Amino acid sequence: MAAATMTMPTENQLESTARSAEDASQSWLRRLNATGHERDAAVAELHALLLKAARFEIGRRHDQVPHLRAGDHRDLAQQSADDALLAVLGKLDDFRGESRFTTWAYKFALLEASVKVRRQSWQGREVPLAEEAWATIADTAGSAGRGAEVAELLGAVREEIEAVLSDRQREVLVAVTLNDVPIDVLAERLQTTRGALYKTLHDARRKLRAALAARGFQFDAHRKGEP
Amino acid sequence: MSHHSEKQTPEELLARILGPGAPELSCEECFAQLDRYVELALADDRPDEQVPGMHAHLDGCPACAEDFHSLRDLVAIDGSGR
Repeated sequence: MAAATMTMPTENQLESTARSAEDASQSWLRRLNATGHERDAAVAELHALLLKAARFEIGRRHDQVPHLRAGDHRDLAQQSADDALLAVLGKLDDFRGESRFTTWAYKFALLEASVKVRRQSWQGREVPLAEEAWATIADTAGSAGRGAEVAELLGAVREEIEAVLSDRQREVLVAVTLNDVPIDVLAERLQTTRGALYKTLHDARRKLRAALAARGFQFDAHRKGEP
Repeated sequence: MSHHSEKQTPEELLARILGPGAPELSCEECFAQLDRYVELALADDRPDEQVPGMHAHLDGCPACAEDFHSLRDLVAIDGSGR
């Protein structure tokens, strides 16, 4: 018999796995909503889980912050886990059981850690000016090689960025899409949130697309496959 | 100039500037659904059908895409018992 057939889980096994994941999630909620020693123990366990996630995130991004020492990494992980713990405990009522509790909790630690690393990596750096973005467009258009169409579209993109976008839309679009400024870093500098900036970016992109379509350009940047 | 921009093709640069051009979630909606989407993706259980707008958002938002990849990889390691 083929190995794949032997290891294929049955429907009963899959149901049993889903049930035990649900039981584990319910157990987390029950213990975190308890009092006294039971809650303290659950909170300590949750903090350890969040610390593991924060270390994982900081470890995979450590080339973004080469100036940090091992002790700084530990501090960053600890801060991320502490902040994530507060977020998770404050949002327990939002957990709907649509995933494992641990998966739900992990995302808070990963977010805290990734934002902290991005901000650390940009500490003391200026956000690049628009001129650098125009150089990016010109260099990329020059390397198109396969005819004038793409180069012409890129030229039109630059013109419409200057013509149709508001100052704020231009600032956000150029920084995030052309100068690779992380959206969290830009949000901190502009004293706003990632969500609010992404909305500005989304509106800018829609306006640009409409302006390009009005000039007869066709494009489909929507990709299939893995995000 | 950033290292990222130097490496990308004209098509990649255009996609980055113009975004997905399809209905997409906001960053807040993305974060709310991220854990569910990751588990559906790892189970190969039609994540894009069950969480419409997520794929387009991850194509358009580099920060949320990084968070997706991190959560997916961490949960995958957890599931493998490592």
